Amino acid sequence: MSERFTKGMARNIYYGGSVFFFLIFLALTYHTTKVMPERDHRENITEAVAHGKELWEENNCIGCHSLIGEGAYFAPELGNVYIRRGGEAGFKAFFNGWMKAQPLNIPGRRQMPNFHLTDKEIDDLAEFLKWTSELDTNDWPPNVEG
Amino acid sequence: MNTLKYQSQAVAKPYFIFALILFVGQILFGLIMGLQYVVGDFLAGAIPFNVARMVHTNLLIVWLLFGFMGAAYYMVPEESETELYSPKLAIILFWIFAAAGVATILGYLLVPYSTLAHFTLNDLWPTMGREFLEQPTITKIGIVVVCLGFLFNLGMTMLKGRKTAINMVLMTGLIGLAVFFLFAFYNPTNLALDKYFWWFVVHLWVEGVWELIMGAILAYILIKVTGVDREVIEKWLYVIIAMALISGILGTGHHFYWLMTPDYWQWVGSIFSAIEPLPFFAMVLYAFNMVNRRRREHPNKAATLWALGTSVMAFLGAGVWGFLHTLAPVNYYTHGSQITAAHGHMAFYGAYAMIVMTIISYAMPKLRGIGEANCNRAQVREMWGFWLMTVAMVFITLFLTGAGVLQVWLQRLPESGEALSFMVTQDKLAIFYWLREIAGVFFLIGLISYISSFWVKDKIAS
Repeated sequence: MSERFTKGMARNIYYGGSVFFFLIFLALTYHTTKVMPERDHRENITEAVAHGKELWEENNCIGCHSLIGEGAYFAPELGNVYIRRGGEAGFKAFFNGWMKAQPLNIPGRRQMPNFHLTDKEIDDLAEFLKWTSELDTNDWPPNVEG
Repeated sequence: MNTLKYQSQAVAKPYFIFALILFVGQILFGLIMGLQYVVGDFLAGAIPFNVARMVHTNLLIVWLLFGFMGAAYYMVPEESETELYSPKLAIILFWIFAAAGVATILGYLLVPYSTLAHFTLNDLWPTMGREFLEQPTITKIGIVVVCLGFLFNLGMTMLKGRKTAINMVLMTGLIGLAVFFLFAFYNPTNLALDKYFWWFVVHLWVEGVWELIMGAILAYILIKVTGVDREVIEKWLYVIIAMALISGILGTGHHFYWLMTPDYWQWVGSIFSAIEPLPFFAMVLYAFNMVNRRRREHPNKAATLWALGTSVMAFLGAGVWGFLHTLAPVNYYTHGSQITAAHGHMAFYGAYAMIVMTIISYAMPKLRGIGEANCNRAQVREMWGFWLMTVAMVFITLFLTGAGVLQVWLQRLPESGEALSFMVTQDKLAIFYWLREIAGVFFLIGLISYISSFWVKDKIAS
């Protein structure tokens, strides 16, 4: 058995198998990007949402928080924070107050820094989090706590 | 005493030394973060958690890259049976990469991240602020330049020499590493696309091409320390990496379950990532089998221990702990919990930190002109380091798994309204985080023991 199964055969399985499955991966990726617009509602990406994403990145929010489960696990999930913290009725007021109250300076509690954002910037970040909360994530997270 | 077959292999030495220095830094920042998990305001002003984490993960990536590069510079001349095309280029690239790496880490530590972003003109081509890809765009360009020079140097060496399977697999892995890193430059405004293609770097690195690099290094070491026929070792190398890529490429799907993607990914990801433990299991059988069939007693027992250890720990960390939460119905509850962290720690240590320490253990005595192996006392010290670090990592993983299971139980499983909030849950996990931190201190002791082994001399000689 091991004499008949040669190195050449093993090599062919490696090259052939990898190329074959990589092509399937590319095909599925192509299909996924075609149907993604129905799920990401990209028509709702306003200038404020786009700027909010830049602020999200330039302040390294992902270094403590997760966004749809990806990122750090030191601070709450923010993909659905818009829903958790008041939604249409109350989120923006809550969020502005929250950002300005940092750092909370409660001894022993995990500290969020103050990023010194302007009201406009806080509003753009809120728009980004609102848009994110409307993404179709196949019903993740399981409950509102994220 | 000169113990190198090809003199140009010597360029690997600074790469290995610098890798280990960064490794020490990575662990120190890990301990800071571990403490911040329970003493939330510890150093909160000087080193906020996000900075410590960025330093911790980026140091890991960079030291592994230094390790891979050192491994390649050491292995390729010997496999090709010719001197390296340009040792000078390898040394120049070492200094460029080291300087860029140090400057980036200092940037993280000394100025707020947003200042670093503005200072490095992130708004011209925004690539920063995404997990593991936090480096300023200019640093990313530097990484690409270093990789291109590195691949050119290796490619030219291979072209003029013998083409072995190990060389080919190593080179494919390294080219893949460079190619998939290019996705780090793609950062669309649409978060859905951003996240999807972010995995082309992250997943296709660690569950794809990096496994080729690991496999090639392991095969090389097994040939050297066991004396088993190259044909046999290379055949099984192909089998293992074939399984790794066949399962791992579509296994990317296990990251697409909740990402604005069609639900067929839940099937594709679950099925193919359920196969992902197989190549790792095969690697355990392979390593132990070859060592049992050894035709020589290599004096470097420590290197053999690392080679066996990396196969076992990679199987446990990447294989078993990966499988624990890879099926879509399970992942729905565990995604982004401490279970993910548990898996990440053991998988990176087992597969990648340990394979780099395997090649360092094998190559360093030769690079330092000591001979085939360090003296017995130094090896014993090194093996103490091996066991302390490895056992500590097992405990870190178990404690984080405990934290993760409880987190899922309290925060994820109950309905909205009954589930505990994230922060309340975290308070309940404190005991696990304290135990993890203690295990982390043992890991550091193991690391100190390991590093100190480089200075241990034979009693008679000293």
